[in-house]
Amino acid sequence: MAEITLKGLAHSYLPDPKGPEDYAIREMDHVWHQGGAYALLGPSGCGKSTLLNIISGLLEPSGGEVLFDGERVNSLPPEARNIAQVFQFPVVYDTMTVFDNLAFPLRNIGTPPARIKERVLEVADVLELTPQLRRKAKNLTADEKQKVSMGRGLVRDDVSAILFDEPLTVIDPQLKWKLRRKLKEIHRRFNITMVYVTHDQLEASTFADRIAVMYEGQVVQFGTPRELFEAPNHTFVGYFIGSPGMNFLPVALDGDRVMCGETPLEVGEAFVRSLSGRHSTNLKLGIRPEFVAVHAEEVPDAMLAEVLDIQDLGTYAILSLRLGEQRLKARVEEDEPLPHKKAWLRFPSDRLGLYVDEYRVEVSP
Amino acid sequence: MSLSLEHIDLSVGGETHIADVSLELEPGSFNVLLGRTLAGKTTLMRLMAGLDTPTRGRVKMNGEDVTGVSVRRRNVSMVYQQFINYPSLSVYENIASPLRLARVAAAEIDRRVRQTAEMLHIEHLLDRKPLELSGGQQQRTAMGRALVKDADIVLFDEPLVNLDYKLREGLREELRALFRERNCIAVYATTEPAEALALGGHTAVLHEGRLLQYGRSEDVYHRPLTLQTAELFSEPPINVLHGIVSGNEVTFDREVHFPLNADLSRLLPGEYRFGVRPAHVSLTRRAEDDIEIVMGVDMAEISGSETFLHVADERFHLTVHLEGVHEFEVGQAVRLFIPAHKVYAFDRQGGVVHIPTHHAGRG
Amino acid sequence: MNHKVYNNRAWWLILPMLLLVAFSAIIPLMTVVNYSVQDVFDTHTRFFTGVEWFEATLNDPALQMALLRQFAFSFTVLAIEVPLGIGIALLMPKRGWQASAVLILVTMPLLIPWNVVGSIWQIFTRGDIGLMGWGLRELGYGYNITRSATDAWGTIILMDVWHWTPLIALLCYSGLRSIPDAYYQAARIDRASQWAVFRYIQLPKLTNVLVIGVLLRFMHSFMIYAEPFVLTGGGPGSSTTFLSQSLTTMAIGQQDLGPSAAFSIIYFLIILLVCWVFYTAIMNLQKDKQQKGT
Repeated sequence: MAEITLKGLAHSYLPDPKGPEDYAIREMDHVWHQGGAYALLGPSGCGKSTLLNIISGLLEPSGGEVLFDGERVNSLPPEARNIAQVFQFPVVYDTMTVFDNLAFPLRNIGTPPARIKERVLEVADVLELTPQLRRKAKNLTADEKQKVSMGRGLVRDDVSAILFDEPLTVIDPQLKWKLRRKLKEIHRRFNITMVYVTHDQLEASTFADRIAVMYEGQVVQFGTPRELFEAPNHTFVGYFIGSPGMNFLPVALDGDRVMCGETPLEVGEAFVRSLSGRHSTNLKLGIRPEFVAVHAEEVPDAMLAEVLDIQDLGTYAILSLRLGEQRLKARVEEDEPLPHKKAWLRFPSDRLGLYVDEYRVEVSP
Repeated sequence: MSLSLEHIDLSVGGETHIADVSLELEPGSFNVLLGRTLAGKTTLMRLMAGLDTPTRGRVKMNGEDVTGVSVRRRNVSMVYQQFINYPSLSVYENIASPLRLARVAAAEIDRRVRQTAEMLHIEHLLDRKPLELSGGQQQRTAMGRALVKDADIVLFDEPLVNLDYKLREGLREELRALFRERNCIAVYATTEPAEALALGGHTAVLHEGRLLQYGRSEDVYHRPLTLQTAELFSEPPINVLHGIVSGNEVTFDREVHFPLNADLSRLLPGEYRFGVRPAHVSLTRRAEDDIEIVMGVDMAEISGSETFLHVADERFHLTVHLEGVHEFEVGQAVRLFIPAHKVYAFDRQGGVVHIPTHHAGRG
Repeated sequence: MNHKVYNNRAWWLILPMLLLVAFSAIIPLMTVVNYSVQDVFDTHTRFFTGVEWFEATLNDPALQMALLRQFAFSFTVLAIEVPLGIGIALLMPKRGWQASAVLILVTMPLLIPWNVVGSIWQIFTRGDIGLMGWGLRELGYGYNITRSATDAWGTIILMDVWHWTPLIALLCYSGLRSIPDAYYQAARIDRASQWAVFRYIQLPKLTNVLVIGVLLRFMHSFMIYAEPFVLTGGGPGSSTTFLSQSLTTMAIGQQDLGPSAAFSIIYFLIILLVCWVFYTAIMNLQKDKQQKGT
């Protein structure tokens, strides 16, 4: 059982790091609670693999502490940490049977054969590997191999966390769904902390109860899939989650009008109040394409935009629009009228976010 | 330049890879080949390029028979799944390479390379080597090589599949814009229905070496001729309910009875398969004649901005595509509403017998 | 999928290859076959002898002994070189300048021609000026390769091991390098012992290169000639006279073209047979695994 705590953790691959850009992981605090299903989501190069290697013990952080249940494990090697890992490419012992593969970690610590058999059969049953137990691991399909490598973590009683490093990369698209479901089922059955590293929002959101979104070596938001979608805490989260991502409009206050370049925006009193007195010049309004209200006819308090392109995706359409000099996207459901050339937009204030220096700021109504 | 395939067959060692495919691709058109892995997309592209020769049938370009003509005598270019570039040449030289082979004058090469690079937003990378670039930039370089030589046919074999989805979004949109101004035939293979729709143009749905349907993408999507097309051209796949029409009601799996609405009243008594798009199933009642079913949640997949809810019981397995992020407990009972006026009906052979009028397309 | 455009003119492209093979293999082999079934006196006089030469060769006790010695030698060197080569490969550094340095050092013996190797060892083992010969004598061992058959054997085996173990080591090293790090990481997480890592990760991944290595080394060692010829001249007595030396003596020294041609063919067939047996055995081993698997 383990709660994984990262305390002031930082890592640089350089011997003598200077600025923050020299760090693969910038100083951060984070807690993974016992039994949680977590995802670490971010684009390639954001530091998520570095963080995973630090947790698994393959890499010693250059600063801060990694605590397992409050105990410092910074320099403990992987074998001493009670964790298991599933890699991007299936790692199985080719010449062994599936049974022997699953029994391997238990045999290495001298578990009695009767106990081994019991555990292996139990885990094989959950993973639906029972029919394959006598087969050589070499001849399995990629998804079966991934299940075997997961099983090697599950057979051990002492494993308190399983780390997944983009485990579905080599799995057939049609089988991914099944494996994702199996993962969730396993998480429910075993009281194990699971951390799932991926760059894919679907995999992260489907698997995890809470997602840590990483960007430039930092966790910019740690929240439920719903929070990431509805209230992204950072402009990067807004852009990265959802397709297409969130629209961001740089704004400035001109008297009591919110301006986006030369174009005045109709965004309500609360935003005017919240914007006044800000020192930063990096002010943005963010709204998801799903929440932009699009009208084909003129309506009061709406802003006129030019329709640049319409992508008809069957049951809905994505409009590319130009509002003043700013480009943005809006989603229109198939039952709603599609505008031609001109569209009138409204930004519902409960769906609009204010971002100061890239971070979201609460706007009190 | 037009390209036509006439009754193309290809079998290798007694195994049929392509069976009786006829296609007429218009000049300046953007065509998507949609199908699962091994549907014959790559094979068909190789036949179009002249890399393979069909066992039977004709390939014609501009009305001229080119069936046996080698790829080197046809003006085609191809972009692959893998990022294929010359590793030892700079991006500039990579893009220039087809022109150098064609002995184009140096000044002209320079002009066209720069123009192509600009179009693909890699003009600042011209001096770099491909392996120093990100995946997206490498694929842009490969595309540059395909686009620079003004080929008659440009073939894309799942070019975005190895890129992450944010890059895919951007490149897809650019491709769409790029080909609008060109007069060549573009053929683009993909396994993703959403990609076919997003790219616009025409779509050919392939399955096990056969062409199921070809037409404007929205038309094929909204007016599938067979259940198979409807299933393939829908992600997640269209829900299929077995139903029996008798008198003026439909019975799903002997248990759920519904009066036939105006749209479906033309159906003769008998057995049908009804298709409902996942996006049309709703959690709230929207119309008086919505079909109501209560089922348990099997799993909810969340894609960041959308939720794919899988519900199942002994009778049905349905997928519901919801906008936004919704959280569900496994096993939780949900009340689903199927809008009767958005239901497709297929006969027992899978041929379409009813297309909801609503889907006439909206232009 | 690979339905290519057929162009039969491409057949012409393999013509040079056919000619080359004809000159390098088929024609010489046929010449040998020709000699092996005839008794040739001069350009005009020859008698057809059938399998007579073959019978004689196979019944020749000297040749039988040479064949036995040859097998003993080949299996001994293989038994030493394969495990030793694997061991060296495992100890070689994986990265950094040390890796390149060790690689060059290990490869060195492979670059030395056979007869030079023989000369080097000939000098090396001399009692008066050779480091090894002198050293052993100083240590009180009456080392003498011209008198003691044991010493001669031991030295030839040592020489072959020194010359050719690097080949096995090199092959294994490349095999080991191709194992992804994830395997070692997984093994650490599974708490596998060093031995288990070797047995279940490294050795299975080495099977393919080892098959090549063993085949090459068997063929090589079975044809060994220059080194023992230079070092011991086949002696003392005929204790280190291997097959190829017997053949040379017969063909060049005694001009017995008929028997030596027959002998050559038998020699060739033995190598072919052993390689085939070995190869099919390994392949069957792998196939069995798959069949058991399904």
